[in-house]
Amino acid sequence: MKIKFVEEKIMKGMMLVTTLLVFLFVGSILFTIIKNGWPALSWEMITSLPGGGFYIGKEGGLLNAIVGSLYVVGASTVLGLIVSIPVVFYLNVYLRRSSRFASLARLAFDVLFGIPSIVYGAFAFTIMIYFGLKTSLAGGIIVITLLIIPIFIRSMDEIARELPQDMLHASYSLGATRYETIKVVVRQIAPGIATATLLSIGRAIGDAAAVMFTAGYTDSIPVSLSQPAATLPLAVFFQLSSPIPEVQERAYAAALILTIIVLILSILGRIITNRFSKNKIQ
Amino acid sequence: MRREREYKIAQKTSVFRLLKDKMAGSVMFTFTAVSVLLLILIGMGLVIKSLPILQEKSLWELLFTSKWKPMRGDFGFLPFIMGTLWVTVIAIVWTLPVSLFTAIFLTENSRAWVKKVVFPALDILAGLPSVVYGVWGILVVVPWISDSLAPHFVEYSTGYTTLTAGIVLGIMILPLMISLFVELFSSVPRDLREASLSLGATRWQTTKYVLLKKTFPGIVASVTLAVSRAMGETIAVLMVCGNIVQMPTSLFDGCYPLPALLANNYGEMLSLPLYESALMLSALILFVVVFVFNIASRLILRKIERTLV
Repeated sequence: MKIKFVEEKIMKGMMLVTTLLVFLFVGSILFTIIKNGWPALSWEMITSLPGGGFYIGKEGGLLNAIVGSLYVVGASTVLGLIVSIPVVFYLNVYLRRSSRFASLARLAFDVLFGIPSIVYGAFAFTIMIYFGLKTSLAGGIIVITLLIIPIFIRSMDEIARELPQDMLHASYSLGATRYETIKVVVRQIAPGIATATLLSIGRAIGDAAAVMFTAGYTDSIPVSLSQPAATLPLAVFFQLSSPIPEVQERAYAAALILTIIVLILSILGRIITNRFSKNKIQ
Repeated sequence: MRREREYKIAQKTSVFRLLKDKMAGSVMFTFTAVSVLLLILIGMGLVIKSLPILQEKSLWELLFTSKWKPMRGDFGFLPFIMGTLWVTVIAIVWTLPVSLFTAIFLTENSRAWVKKVVFPALDILAGLPSVVYGVWGILVVVPWISDSLAPHFVEYSTGYTTLTAGIVLGIMILPLMISLFVELFSSVPRDLREASLSLGATRWQTTKYVLLKKTFPGIVASVTLAVSRAMGETIAVLMVCGNIVQMPTSLFDGCYPLPALLANNYGEMLSLPLYESALMLSALILFVVVFVFNIASRLILRKIERTLV
């Protein structure tokens, strides 16, 4: 047999191995999290606040972190959408394809997207100190909003850029202004907005480094924006560093809750992409 | 008479519509400009905050000495920089071949259904939070290293090592690398492959001599992008790297990357102004590296996109 066919076989084998390796990683991670988290997960864990002596293994649950995460993620997703939707429309409807400013802005968003969340956290923390704010729900919401705006813009922009230019021109030729044309465009990129939102929620809920200094941690549910808020990733992080096995198990439970949320978001994203891409005009 | 009135109304509404268009435009422009300015704002904020230590000590001394005693005023970042470099290099070295082979398999050699299975798996991998990777690292990789792998090489290891961090970090950037490569390979026109295949080259030969050669700058750019992503990863690495301030000399030594330094010490150091400034400098170093790497790789990738399509 010629050497090139041997090489072909070997390389094909390598490709199969590496692809299987990807599945092995996914499987191992999910299996480990479920195996360790499931026994620790109970109704009490989801519905009650940490009781007295929670951190030495006594009763209580993770409700503080669950609600804290929901507050932070919910508020920052809404704020993120409010900021990024106009930006995406501006880049794609108001500006021309060849616009220098659009190209520069896209580069800036790419870089913002790449900046580590810990840097966002450190930056937001200095700003908070400058304005005399303490670690609080508001701080967490602001930093997560900043963190997900580039994610929103980038993923919506990716869909919006595929908009057929003819569609815009058709709208203009009927006498519509650019602002009115947005009403036509919005239907085309609605699925893009939905998937971008899911992606951003996933990012926002899993981020620990940014909320560490800004949102703080507390055992109670915050009732105002100026109180600190617990979040799920930090609940995992802090409880895992405890030497007590019962407390560590709660970290596994919190990790399982996070994983389930992320899995649901990922499945929803797939469904939306599959269902709505049928209606798209190419 | 009537026509004239209608004309006036129409003129009025169109003026109103145009005004609305303009107003919406300027509001949207403001939003866009402000979010772009955020990048400059972050950079400036970090520079201002790290000025005190930069005025006190030379940049050379900060970056290339290894004595870290904040209480005595010694700020040598070298152990942290080396920690970041080691962990990142390990992660890239093992994920580069894995992601290349997987991406080649997905774009060149596999059937459609394989993609339908692999992409959701990559989605999950990309979506899992950092802490979950950290938990997995502690439960699976740490015991594997300390019980099975390390005893073959060193006498004793806790399992919280540079290698552990490199492995966990690698898995975290794997989905990014694969999706970048898949995008890159898909942008190569079919004709080029068919020309090569019709001359009697095997699929692998075509991959090697056409695909990889054609996309080489893009591969470099993608790796740069992945490196910048890997450098900033905080929580998962922090959980498994050992957090020991030292220059790692072997894979089984603990290390202390820059983001971990920041995450572990921020918030506690407000009493020492110089210490705070030093930590902000570590954020600035990360920012500058990510900034430069990102812009370079994005510009290369854009250029390739333009030339290939």
